[in-house]
Amino acid sequence: MRFERSHARRTAFVAVASSFALLATACGSGDDGSSGGGGSSAAALEGRGPITLASGKDTSGNLQNQLNAWNASHPNEKVELKELPEDANAQRQQMIQNAQAQSDAFSVLSMDVVWTSEFAANQWVTPIPEDKVPDLGKLIPATVETAKYRDKLYGVPVTSDGGLLYYRKDLLTKAGIAEPPKTWDEMLADCQKVAALPEAKGMSCYAGQYEKYEGLTVNFAEAVNSAGGVIVDKDGKPNVNTPEAKAGLEELVNGFKVGAIPKAAHTYKEEEGRRAFQEGKLLFHRNWPYVYAKAQATDGSSKVAGKFAVAALPGKTGPGVSSLGGHDYAISSFAKNKATALDFINFMASEERQKANIEKTSQAPSWASLYDDATLNKQFPYLAPLKASIGNAQPRPRVVKYGDVTSAIQSAAYDALNGTVAPDKALADLQTKLQTLITN
Amino acid sequence: MTASAPVTERPASKPKKQQRFDEGTGRLAAVLLSPTLLVLGVVVLFPIISALRESLFQSGQRLDENGFIVKGSTFVGLDNYLDIFRGETGDRFWNAFYNTTFFTVVCVVLETVLGVAMALIMAKAFKGRGIVRASILVPWAIPTVISALLWKWIFQADGIANTLIGTQVLWSTEGWQSKLSVVVADTWKTAPFIGLLVLAGLQTIPAEVYEAAKVDGANAWKTFTRITLPLVKPALLVAVLFRILDTLRIFDLPFVLVGQHKNSVETLSMLAYDEASNVRFGPAAAYATVLFIYVAVVAYLFVKILGADVIGEARVKKPGGGNGKRWRKKNAVQDTTNASVGAVASGGGGF
Repeated sequence: MRFERSHARRTAFVAVASSFALLATACGSGDDGSSGGGGSSAAALEGRGPITLASGKDTSGNLQNQLNAWNASHPNEKVELKELPEDANAQRQQMIQNAQAQSDAFSVLSMDVVWTSEFAANQWVTPIPEDKVPDLGKLIPATVETAKYRDKLYGVPVTSDGGLLYYRKDLLTKAGIAEPPKTWDEMLADCQKVAALPEAKGMSCYAGQYEKYEGLTVNFAEAVNSAGGVIVDKDGKPNVNTPEAKAGLEELVNGFKVGAIPKAAHTYKEEEGRRAFQEGKLLFHRNWPYVYAKAQATDGSSKVAGKFAVAALPGKTGPGVSSLGGHDYAISSFAKNKATALDFINFMASEERQKANIEKTSQAPSWASLYDDATLNKQFPYLAPLKASIGNAQPRPRVVKYGDVTSAIQSAAYDALNGTVAPDKALADLQTKLQTLITN
Repeated sequence: MTASAPVTERPASKPKKQQRFDEGTGRLAAVLLSPTLLVLGVVVLFPIISALRESLFQSGQRLDENGFIVKGSTFVGLDNYLDIFRGETGDRFWNAFYNTTFFTVVCVVLETVLGVAMALIMAKAFKGRGIVRASILVPWAIPTVISALLWKWIFQADGIANTLIGTQVLWSTEGWQSKLSVVVADTWKTAPFIGLLVLAGLQTIPAEVYEAAKVDGANAWKTFTRITLPLVKPALLVAVLFRILDTLRIFDLPFVLVGQHKNSVETLSMLAYDEASNVRFGPAAAYATVLFIYVAVVAYLFVKILGADVIGEARVKKPGGGNGKRWRKKNAVQDTTNASVGAVASGGGGF
């Protein structure tokens, strides 16, 4: 008994003591972390040697080829690929963890365009002087905008992405319509004409992505921007409670109300919508360029192969405004060999590399003149409408708390589309919410 | 490394009190145990304390005039906790609290009923028993995220579920249907778990007891309620307790099957995840701590109320049955509770 008691006291003591010691080290490292971060980002882009590229899972299989091209000409400054998960949120989390540990494991970060503000404000990525990127003027201006925070450049766009309107050319021709619609009204009118055809039985007019996720932010922003509204204005202030924004949102709300957009579209992400279009259930469909190859597949997986074409998105009174996708390459503030990293980014953004990439992967380039390349246009017939789409595109709100902002937008849009909240109220509430999230 | 220093240093500084006891043995015991305690300290105690500490701080919420996040964290006391219950976040919290509790009660009840039924079937000797056993256990072997993806496929707008019932229910939209889809998928996956543990319990019941019941002329229902159920109860309670602790932390199934930020299925773990993924670790730790406390209270009450019940019945049933057995039984339940609460805690700390 006695022995047991002393033993218990002793072990309890050891446990407490060791936990205090651990706690002390934990506090220590925490304080280090909070004070040390600031200075490094101001440092010049210096140092040469091996670097790494942190990028999401390369589903195209071509990224390593691109890196091999660099490694062949830079034997002493080789780049190693650090492949992150396919899911964008998981990529962001790993990059944040890396930054918070101030690790030099990631040199170049392949950032989703919507992360720029958050990463820059936290000084996880280092500013890149614009004169160090000689090709900047050759890139599509809208894509360069996505890499800026408070007018400073923090990355270089290497790929881009824009929304396209996929439409059933066969049915439009049959209904006597020669041109794809430029406005929402034209699109609905076309639907009415096509609906009279026997082939159109069971088809719906239009769908985008309306499940409650990032795609809804994309589609909501497109509707609002296409009607002349904004979510966040040029000065970074939320300004979504406007007649223009309301007109945009109501276009979608009414689409659901009158049945032009099928009820099932409430559950559509990219893939669900693509399948519906491929099964011939949709006349018009908003999606990304990757759908083209899949819908064109002649192995039987697509019922619409050879029957569809693509156009730029329609808007309220003229062409629509797409949201921008794509990736910017940025330099981690905690990386070594930043000079090499910068050279590597310039290399990856070069015309030669971007051309090699689109030939193999069909990923939309950020290099403007590639969209006019005759051979590429033959290979990818969607390049011309995509150029129009990206050229006219708007980035999604560029805010530090993007995660909170996008979920606020999703909530407002989702409730409005479901009909549970009136569009006026949804936008008024969203405005209030955004004002608390975007403080300066 | 720093942690090991006090271990060797301490016994020397405090010699007087211990002198009365067998000092050599005590010291040896401490030395022998300290590696284990150190490991426990690192993997259990440290995350808990670190999470508790984190929950009292906030960081990264202010911008300076250049648009950069102000570095460093500020001590905010209990603000993170108070914020959970205030205003809009309060509504969201209570909604998540209700959902978590709803899933726990409904799923665990359904799983218990189905699990016991499965165990009774698996325990029977019949042809093809191996195949039945294996097929009942398959859902349990599938990782939760995978089963969530499977069910997502089934519950799609043009999926099998809608084809079978002949109407178009949008399962992943807000409303009762998304709750139902989570309940179905969770029950499908984890009823076999209860089945498995109950089966193990059933196999310890001696055949003579049943023979005696037969001789006494008990019918099947009487045999089940008077013999099977009481004797399998300790195993069943452990299984149910595990399921309760697990379901209170439910995260991956609603997250993958229905999606984030859906009021109908948002649970407490999802709130903690959401805060953490928006780089607000203080509030995230506060949510995790609140969940931890909730889980601990439920586990405590469960053991206190039902554990006591077990003993009461055992005493009536077997007057001479021996204290030792009873004591051990009670302890077994408590041990598992402690173990799983520890697991929960370290899981929570992991956020």
